[in-house]
Amino acid sequence: MNWMEYINAFWVGGAICAVCQVFIDKTKLTPARILVSLVVIGVFLQAIGIYQPVVDYAGAGATVPLLGFGYSLAKGVAKAVAESGLLGAFTGGVTGAAGGIAAAIVFGCLFALLAKPKSKS
Amino acid sequence: MKLDKQKYQQMLEQKSPNSPLWRDCLKAFLFGGAICTVGEAVSNFWQGRGLDTADAAAATSITMVFLGALLTCLHLYEKLAKHAGAGTIVPITGFANSIVSPAMEFKSEGLILGLAAKMFVIAGPVLVYGISASVVYGLVLVLLGGGGAG
Repeated sequence: MNWMEYINAFWVGGAICAVCQVFIDKTKLTPARILVSLVVIGVFLQAIGIYQPVVDYAGAGATVPLLGFGYSLAKGVAKAVAESGLLGAFTGGVTGAAGGIAAAIVFGCLFALLAKPKSKS
Repeated sequence: MKLDKQKYQQMLEQKSPNSPLWRDCLKAFLFGGAICTVGEAVSNFWQGRGLDTADAAAATSITMVFLGALLTCLHLYEKLAKHAGAGTIVPITGFANSIVSPAMEFKSEGLILGLAAKMFVIAGPVLVYGISASVVYGLVLVLLGGGGAG
């Protein structure tokens, strides 16, 4: 077992969260705006070639924060454009993030149905 | 003692027990880091089952979304979030939480316009701007001639 990869995942993932905490505390950014910004920034960072090295170094520390969602969108698009050109520009992003999106919808629906209403205690 | 609005605001900020920034950040760091470490273990589990890196990453996202949704359903994620702040918002488990939480809350308003519509209160904008950004990036790649970089 390689402990270094867990340490790298821990500190990089933690650092991304800590930076976002500064933005939440110091600005008027709501969590929704933070999440939207992270995904768009993730796409951008991958587009200019910065994020792949971070993913290679930190593994889940880079892919589990929502930046990683943008990363998989951008990665999927690059792959699809290389394979099928203009069509790929439209199909690639959602294809790259399909697992996460479908899981979020299905499990979201399922667990919302199963959830007990909060007791007022 | 006369107080103008600004002074009052200043006093309020001094008196109110706003936890200091460094403590919020430390908690966000620890909880966020811990969730990512779990993600790394999940990723290793899937790679151990024979998935390649890309498939393992997708399987990890699905697993983490599952865990986030489950913990939200059990009202445990909100307890975690009280302490962790950004540490629970920023990971993909927080994305799952942002879907399940309003869906649970508005379930009573019906399965279509309650549960299903409210699921996307936060996730919707994330998908709108995320997917749009990816299409823009794709179009740039096409214009630059085929792409493949990145």
